[in-house]
Amino acid sequence: MSQADLTMEGHPAGLTTGIPPFSIPAKKMAIWLFIIADAATFAACLVVYGFLRNGAPNWPRPFHSITNVALMTFILLTSSLTMLLGVRAAKTSDKAGAFRWTIITAIGGILFALLHVREWLALIAEGMTLFHNPWGTGLFGASFFCITGLHLLHVTGGVVALLAVGIRYRGGRYNADDLEVTGLYWHFVDLVWMFVVPFVYLLNLAH
Amino acid sequence: MATTASIHAHAAPQGFIRKYIFSLDHKVIGLQYYFLALTAVFVGMFLSLLMRIHLIWPQVSLPLVGEIKPETYLSLLTMHGTIMVFFVLTTAPQGGFGNYFLPIQVGAPDMAFPVLNMLSFWTTFIAFVTIIAAFFVTGGAPLHGWTGYAPLSALPNSGPGEQLGADLWVASIALFCIASLMGALNFITTTLDLRAKGMTLMRMPLTCWSWFITAILGLLAFGVLLSAGILLLLDRNLGTSFYVPLVVVNGQVMGHKGGSPLLWQHLFWFFGHPEVYIAILPGMGVTSQVISTFSRKPIFGYKAMAYALMAIGLLGFMVWGHHMFMSGMSPYSAFAFSIMTMAIGVPSAIKTFNWLGTLWGGRIRLQTPMLFAIGFVSLFVSGGLSGPFLAQPVLDIPLHDTYFVVGHFHLIMGVAAIFGIFAATYYWFPKMFGRMMNERLGQIHFFITLAGTYAIFMPMHYLGLAGQTRRYSQFTEVAYQTKLIPLQTFMTYAAFVTIGVQLVFLFNLFWSMFKGPKASDNPWEATTLEWTTATPPPHDNFGGRTPVVYHGPYEYGVPGAARDYIMQTDPATVPSH
Repeated sequence: MSQADLTMEGHPAGLTTGIPPFSIPAKKMAIWLFIIADAATFAACLVVYGFLRNGAPNWPRPFHSITNVALMTFILLTSSLTMLLGVRAAKTSDKAGAFRWTIITAIGGILFALLHVREWLALIAEGMTLFHNPWGTGLFGASFFCITGLHLLHVTGGVVALLAVGIRYRGGRYNADDLEVTGLYWHFVDLVWMFVVPFVYLLNLAH
Repeated sequence: MATTASIHAHAAPQGFIRKYIFSLDHKVIGLQYYFLALTAVFVGMFLSLLMRIHLIWPQVSLPLVGEIKPETYLSLLTMHGTIMVFFVLTTAPQGGFGNYFLPIQVGAPDMAFPVLNMLSFWTTFIAFVTIIAAFFVTGGAPLHGWTGYAPLSALPNSGPGEQLGADLWVASIALFCIASLMGALNFITTTLDLRAKGMTLMRMPLTCWSWFITAILGLLAFGVLLSAGILLLLDRNLGTSFYVPLVVVNGQVMGHKGGSPLLWQHLFWFFGHPEVYIAILPGMGVTSQVISTFSRKPIFGYKAMAYALMAIGLLGFMVWGHHMFMSGMSPYSAFAFSIMTMAIGVPSAIKTFNWLGTLWGGRIRLQTPMLFAIGFVSLFVSGGLSGPFLAQPVLDIPLHDTYFVVGHFHLIMGVAAIFGIFAATYYWFPKMFGRMMNERLGQIHFFITLAGTYAIFMPMHYLGLAGQTRRYSQFTEVAYQTKLIPLQTFMTYAAFVTIGVQLVFLFNLFWSMFKGPKASDNPWEATTLEWTTATPPPHDNFGGRTPVVYHGPYEYGVPGAARDYIMQTDPATVPSH
């Protein structure tokens, strides 16, 4: 479902969303509300993780290096920066620049996802599954895959949204506001990762 | 974006499917939600009747279900609770009336996101079909209660209904969460962004305030239940152990290890307590609206009413632990939850006294909507007074697993919310269908329902104090409980009468829809925006006009005014309070 489909249909112009009498545009409001609801969803998963981790006598700490996660974090943070540059270019009507930065952002997201999948495959190769791993309680694998999986799902969705909105922006169907709204979502995905890294990775580094 | 809108602008859809099935019109979607809830409420009521019959005549074989085994009884109460809480109490007041009247009351042509609105309804519909399907699969409907406590709900071999039936149950809840999140997003955006000129937040009808606060609660609560539900599905199907410790079922050691059933309880009740406010807040809004209109007086303490809604919503997120006093939680946590819970009594009492203050000295018109609004206040007080008892761990621990709690929550969040729905139905029926409902049938419906409700649920408090446990399918053979049989029998007869009189309501609803006398645009002489437009409202609600608001929502009995009420759109020159 595209964002244009979400705007008001079937009503005379002038009575519509987009230029509300009081406050921020409806789409921007909607994405903020979505972010709030999504934050609650992520928070629930992180609470589950903390609850189980505190209660488990044999919680494993299997990570030996932060190189990979640092690289992933660097890429994701950089992609937030390129998103900002894209939105700024769109606000100054630099269409080509905005499109270019948006695509670079999406490429950052793809790189992040690839690195993440590679890390998953390595862990699976070491014998980690949703319910079992060689180092300690099986709850580790369950919560690790659920939290990072949910995040990876958001990254994938974000990449698709960035490409779709970017292409339609270049085609003239979407404007700078739509790009900004997509950007807000992308920054949120980034923000969530900043919670995942300390809780799920740094706390589980081997001594 | 204005250009996008003008591209999309077109006349009202003409084909049957676009107009009535996949409609984008919030009014049609509101009615779809309403009729979905109406279907669900009769399913839920039928299940409760089966339970009541089985309790006093355990040997009787029942229609559709045959002989009732203990696990059948558990399936009945699970499905009764789930269908009633989600598909009636959450669906009708918010999805139904909220969808229909929020945009009109704030002066908007539609919800902010009509396509999202349509998706939200159809997702709810699929969720309903999914849960009904649980009756028909191998093993039947789940038996873990509407709260779905693990590990019972997390192990497919823990009982006959816990196989595919329980998967469908969890899937249905997850779909419902997604639908409710879409709805909440739409409601909040509509309230904040689409208000007409002059419709400041403090000029909104209290119904809009209640839908708005309810939507905020939904936005924060349903995401958590969604996560919890998906993890439950993983536990059931992929072998994770989030909610399951090392357990033995029927002598067989399960493969799970290390999880915590308490974790499910925390997540569920973090959603579950706000959920009871999601059910009751819209009823409070309607009650405020109706009591003010039919007392011909401004609502007593408008701002206090709005702030009380916010306070109830805020506190509602801090009290989930009071459902878990039985879990062996630390007395210090229990104390904190207990204090917060009793604090909710303050905004609730503010609302109650304000309703009474509005009635005081009013020129009361005792028409059916008003009767049900007064009934709401009555049930809210009767059910609410047992709340402070249950908020205290020392009293809750002996009472929690008895009928006392069943009586408490049925009065306050079950039937009170239903009375809110009835008040809304009788009040807005003329606007929705262009005809009046029959007043005499409405009064018969009201008085028998009110008396019947008390006859069913008041005795439950005594049963609970006498030590009768809840969720047990049979008690007639238990020696110390046999003395309670007459009271239980009385309740079952009362249930027959009360459910019977709902057929009068159903008849009144459909008969009036086609045969009732034509309604004028403003039959109750009310002031809010929905009464300024045609009956029923045109496709864009105001026929191309954009309403401009000059007055508060409850300007009744203004000194110096020509008549006893001032519409919100009356010119600014008309005197007001």
